[in-house]
Amino acid sequence: MKVSIYRYNPETDREPSMKEYEVDTQGKDLMVLDILALVKEQDQSLAYRRSCREGVCGSDGMNMNGKNGLACITPLSQVAPGVLEGKKPLILRPLPGLPVIRDLVVDMGMFYNQYEKVQPYLQNNTPAPAIERLQSPEERAKIDGLYECILCACCSTSCPSFWWNPDKFLGPAALLQSYRFLADSRDNATEERLSKLDDPFSLFRCHGIMNCVSVCPKGLNPTRAIGHIRSMLLERGI
Amino acid sequence: MVTPVTSLGRNGLYDWLIQRVSAVIIGVYLIFMLGYLMTAGDLDFASWKAFMGSICMQIANTLLVIAVAAHTWVGLWGVTTDYLTSLTFGKAATGVRLIAQVAIALALVVYLLWGLVLIWGGA
Ligand code: SF4
Ligand code: SF4
Ligand code: FES
Repeated sequence: MKVSIYRYNPETDREPSMKEYEVDTQGKDLMVLDILALVKEQDQSLAYRRSCREGVCGSDGMNMNGKNGLACITPLSQVAPGVLEGKKPLILRPLPGLPVIRDLVVDMGMFYNQYEKVQPYLQNNTPAPAIERLQSPEERAKIDGLYECILCACCSTSCPSFWWNPDKFLGPAALLQSYRFLADSRDNATEERLSKLDDPFSLFRCHGIMNCVSVCPKGLNPTRAIGHIRSMLLERGI
Repeated sequence: MVTPVTSLGRNGLYDWLIQRVSAVIIGVYLIFMLGYLMTAGDLDFASWKAFMGSICMQIANTLLVIAVAAHTWVGLWGVTTDYLTSLTFGKAATGVRLIAQVAIALALVVYLLWGLVLIWGGA
């Protein structure tokens, strides 16, 4: 099958280009990451990130035939119709909207900056109990669908609002994490957290486009989390 | 976290609220007008003028004009701050954005005043 990969080496290339490779899959429905390994056998100069190869570490987020996802858990048959059969090429590009360091490796700095801004850790200024802060099963259930995020950046880099204002709009991943702590019964920095979100950009640049939901490899729903934060802001603001 | 510059409500929550409320006003007005036009039968100038001249319609029209102006401002402010940024215009971005926003604001002020004169100007 044909594979077309975005190549860019800032030290030697004046501009990025797409390079074609021919890979023999023996008709198997391999994962995209396996294809990259096969290409790398042919061309050692190809750069990409990977680690766990099972959808846990979040390091191989990339754009496959136009859609963001994790290469390690995306089989060819799911990339696009016709790719597995070799009727269409597999097209791999880096995550959109972030600066490319080389080939499929992007600089995640802007993404992590926004993550840092939401203070993604428990804050509680009441005296710590002797053993631990307890949570009822119901309270614990509130952070299901939030804590599972692996920070792969597939969502934020598919969000047009994040493309245009990656420094001002927090993006779906950071907002999901913001709500993860707003919804946690053990955290009591709610007011401080909310007060940082009510400007026109940080949260309100979300226009409910829902690209984030359609790409999240962990099946999470940032749009819903953003909606919950908006309701909290609304209750607090009027 | 981000300081607002020239948004209407001065914070994201109020901009968001203004956008929803004005949308509801515009929507209700449109549906009402459609209903009126469908049920009013033969309209002539005199009955149209009497209808539009009633105090209820004057208030409704005023609300509509204000809602359209507010909705447009919040919406276009969003568009200008999405697309007219340093990503597209580099160093000139602030200037370009300012000019666009001033032009939009001027057009809306003219529209608003003109609308109010039409509604309340009598004659
Ligand atoms: S729903 Fe919001 S955060 Fe998600 S992609 Fe759309 S604009 Fe971005
Ligand atoms: S919400 Fe999903 S897509 Fe976004 S960073 Fe987390 S795991 Fe990745
Ligand atoms: S390699 Fe870890 S998520 Fe794909």
